[in-house]
Amino acid sequence: MSTVILLVITGLGLGALYFLIASGLSLIFGLMDVLNFAHGAFLAIGAYGTWWAALHLPGAGPDGFGFLLAVAFGVGAGTLAATLVELCVIRPLYGRHREQILATVGLSLAVPALIQAVWGADPLTFPRPELVRGTVDVVGVHIPKDRFLLIVAAIVVFAALWLFNSRTRYGLIVRAGVQDRAMVTALGIDVRRAFTLVFAIGGAAAALAGALGGLYFGVVTPTQGMSLLIFAFIVVVIGGTTSLTGCAIASVAVGLIQQFANYYTVAGLGDIAVVIVLALVLLTRQGGLTAKKSAERVA
Amino acid sequence: MMTDTDVASTAPGPRSGRRAPRGPGAPGPRTVEDVRGRRRLPAWAVPAALLAVALALPFSTLRIPGVFEGALNSPPTLHLLAFCLVFGGLATSYDLLYGRVGLLSFGHALYFACGAYAAALLMGVLELPLVWSALIAVVGGTLLSLLLGAVSLRVNGIALAMVTLAFAQAGSILISRDPGRLTGGEEGLSLNTAAVPDAFVGVANTVNLYWAAVAYAAVATGVVWWLTASPVGRVWQGIRANEQRVAVLGVNPYPYKLAAFTVGGGLASLGGVTYLLVTGGVTPGITTAEFTLTLLVMVALGGAGTRWGPLLGAALYTYADHRLLQLGQSDGFAALPAWIAAPLAQPLFILGTLFVLMVFFFPGGLVALPGRVRSALRDRKASRR
Repeated sequence: MSTVILLVITGLGLGALYFLIASGLSLIFGLMDVLNFAHGAFLAIGAYGTWWAALHLPGAGPDGFGFLLAVAFGVGAGTLAATLVELCVIRPLYGRHREQILATVGLSLAVPALIQAVWGADPLTFPRPELVRGTVDVVGVHIPKDRFLLIVAAIVVFAALWLFNSRTRYGLIVRAGVQDRAMVTALGIDVRRAFTLVFAIGGAAAALAGALGGLYFGVVTPTQGMSLLIFAFIVVVIGGTTSLTGCAIASVAVGLIQQFANYYTVAGLGDIAVVIVLALVLLTRQGGLTAKKSAERVA
Repeated sequence: MMTDTDVASTAPGPRSGRRAPRGPGAPGPRTVEDVRGRRRLPAWAVPAALLAVALALPFSTLRIPGVFEGALNSPPTLHLLAFCLVFGGLATSYDLLYGRVGLLSFGHALYFACGAYAAALLMGVLELPLVWSALIAVVGGTLLSLLLGAVSLRVNGIALAMVTLAFAQAGSILISRDPGRLTGGEEGLSLNTAAVPDAFVGVANTVNLYWAAVAYAAVATGVVWWLTASPVGRVWQGIRANEQRVAVLGVNPYPYKLAAFTVGGGLASLGGVTYLLVTGGVTPGITTAEFTLTLLVMVALGGAGTRWGPLLGAALYTYADHRLLQLGQSDGFAALPAWIAAPLAQPLFILGTLFVLMVFFFPGGLVALPGRVRSALRDRKASRR
C-alpha cells in the first residue's frame, strides 16, 4: 500500500511536469499548427535562468523568497525567449507549416548547444530550498516534498489557464481560433496577436516546468528539455489539442503509467508502455483524440 | 513547397534525358529546354563521372590546405570522407520519405540504429561473419520498418510524425537501458574485428572502408533515383502533391507509402552496417530523436526531393561538424575572447543557427541556390531594360 501511494504521488508529480510542458505545446499546436520543437529550449532556458539567478542575481537566492525571485527570473527569461522566437522566427513564416517546424528544429539544436557552450555539458546541481527539502508523512509514507510543489504548481497553472480561456476576451479568441482560425480572421479579429500571446504563455509554462524539473531531478542539463519534450508530445497527441482538461488527464495518465510500469516491471519498460498506449490510442481512435483535425492538417 | 517541385522539374533528371529527341525540323515551338537539352550530356554521365572520381580519390596525394589536414589519401581524410558518404546515403534514404513522398517521419534513426546494433550483436555474440550479419541485419531492419510502417502509416501528417517519433524513442530507451547486458548501454558496442575480413581492419585499410562507404552512398542514391523514375515514383510524386486526389483517382496511397517507408528503412539499416564498419563501433547517440532531427537538417540543407540535395547537404553537414570541432580546439581559436570562442566551439550551435537562417533565406536548400541566383540576375537584367 505504501509503495502504491508513493508511486501515485510521484506519478502525479511527473504528470504535473508533463502538463506544464504539454499545455503550452497543445495551445500552440491547436491554434497555429506549429509542432514546436523549440519548446524544449524554453524549458532549458527556464531551468538555467533559475539556476543562474539563484547563484548570481542580487536579491535572489537558493532559499525562501530569494528562490521565488529566481524562479520568477527563469520564467521571465523563458517567456521573453518564447516571445522573441514567435516574433522573429515563426511570424515571418506564417502559412508555411513545414518551414516553421524546420525552424523550430534548428532552434532546438542550437539553443541547448549554446547553453552547453556557456555552462558546460555536465549536470549542474540545482538549488533546493528549505521548504521542499526532506519528506512529508502521508498515511505513514515518506514522500519527497518537491512532488507536492509540482502538483500544486500544475494545479495553479491549470486553473489560471482555465480562467484565461473561459473568462477573458483573449481566451475566447484563442478558443475560437483553435476551432476555426479562418472564421475568426474573417470576423475581423487579429489572430496573430493571439499567436504571440499563446507562444508567450507556452514559453512561461515551459520555463516553469524547467525550474520545477530542476527541483524534481535535482540537476539541470542542457539536453533535459528534449527527453521531456518527447513525452509532452505524446501527452498532446493522446490528450488532444482542443481541451485543456484532456491535456491534464493525459498528463496524469502518462505520468502514472510510466511510474507504475517502471516500478512493477523492468526499469525502462514504463517509458515503452507509454509509447504503446500512444500507438493504441492513435490506431483505435484514428488520429488520436485530436481525431480529424490533426489528420487533415498535413504539415 | 513550390520551390522543391520547381527544382525537381528543372534538374537534369532522367525524364529530360529520355524525352524523344526532336529533330531540327520537328514541328512545335522551340522552348528554352529544347535548346538546352541538345547540348546536354546523357543523364548518366554526371553521376558516372562523380562515382569514378570518388572511387579514384584514394590514389591521389593531392593536398588541399585549409580543407583537409592531410593529403587526400591519408587515413584521417579518407575517414572523414567515408563519414560524409555514409551520412549522404542515409540522408538520401530519409529524403525518399520526406522529400519524395512527403512523409514527415521522426523515427528514421531507429532503422539506422537497428542495422548497426543488429550487425554488431550478430558479430559480437553469435560470431557470425560480416556478410551474414550484414544480410540478417538489413533484412531485420527492413522487416522492422515494414511492421512499424504498417502501423504508423494508418495516421497522417503530424500524428505520423508523433507515432514514428514515439517508436524511435522506445527503441532508443530500450538500447540505452541495456537489456540483458547486450547493447552496452551508454557505452555502446565495439566491432568484433575477428568476424570482419582483414581488409576492413586497421588504419592502413581505411581506404577499403572509404570504398565501402562510396558503395553504400552509390547504392542508396541509385535505388532512390531508380524508384523515383519508375511508375511507383510517379505515384509518390502525386501523393506528395495531393494525397486525396491520388485516392480519388482510384489509387490507394497506403501501399505506396508503405513501400517508400520500407525501402527507406532498409537503406537506412544498410547504412547502419556501413557506419558500424567505418566507426568500428556504435553508441546510443545514433538512436536519439536528435539524430533524426540532424538528418532532417541535412536533407533540408541540401534541398529536399532533389537528386543531389540530400547527398550534398549531408556531406557538408558532416564535414562542417567535424571541422568545426577541430577548429574549436585549434590554437588560433584560443586567442579569441571566451564569450565568442565558447559558442563557436559548439558545432551544433553554428549548424542550428545556419539552418534557421537557411530556412528563411534559401527555402529550396543549397541545390536550389544556383537557380535562384540565375533568376535573380535575369530579373535584374529585365528591369534594367
